[in-house]
Amino acid sequence: MSEKKLAIIATKGSLDWAYPPFILASTAAALGYEVQIFCTFYGLQLLRKKLDLKMSSLGNPGMPMPMPMPVLLQALPGMQSMMTSMMKQKMKSKGVASLEELRNLCIEAEVKLIACQMTVDLFEFSNDEFIDGIEYGGAATFFEFAGESDICLFI
Amino acid sequence: MADFDQELDATGLNCPLPILRAKKSLAGMGAGQVLRIVATDPGSVKDFEAFAKQTGNELLESKEEGGKFVFRMKKA
Repeated sequence: MSEKKLAIIATKGSLDWAYPPFILASTAAALGYEVQIFCTFYGLQLLRKKLDLKMSSLGNPGMPMPMPMPVLLQALPGMQSMMTSMMKQKMKSKGVASLEELRNLCIEAEVKLIACQMTVDLFEFSNDEFIDGIEYGGAATFFEFAGESDICLFI
Repeated sequence: MADFDQELDATGLNCPLPILRAKKSLAGMGAGQVLRIVATDPGSVKDFEAFAKQTGNELLESKEEGGKFVFRMKKA
């Protein structure tokens, strides 16, 4: 079996949107794929040493709520933290892996993580805010791998 | 006599953890050895079929037993 390749561009930095890249990457790696995740803009949050991602119901009418809640209420201070901790609790009770665990599984499976250098500079991150072992590169770096990938996802 | 060499308890775990744990267990086993997996995630039934098809490990058995899903997989 020749090794298949999966290329993912991760652009989102909220708790919920951090899941698809890590779930797909770790699973693909388990299936024998070679995987790279190119993290750009808010997707850089996936590479921070401390994964402290939040989520919000604002601007997300599709999120199932335990009770109906007017949008203005959802914008009150503290709501985002509340949503985040409720979601984390729910995930834990359903046996959903934590992001840290999924990221570690990706690293263990040699998923290559790439930080977009342009957005690292744009947001004035310093490299020591990111986990070790990642690479830094630009669009051309991504295409080198994506160009020969079997599956390419923009998340 | 047990019809497996190693057992993995994946109960309570959700996608994709049962697959990832199984992969890890299989990695430590020898070719031809059988891994028994117990899971509660209903999605794992189709996932283990797909896992077998794509990795070449043979799914010897897939059954439901007392509300749990039990698989036996032979390492390629």
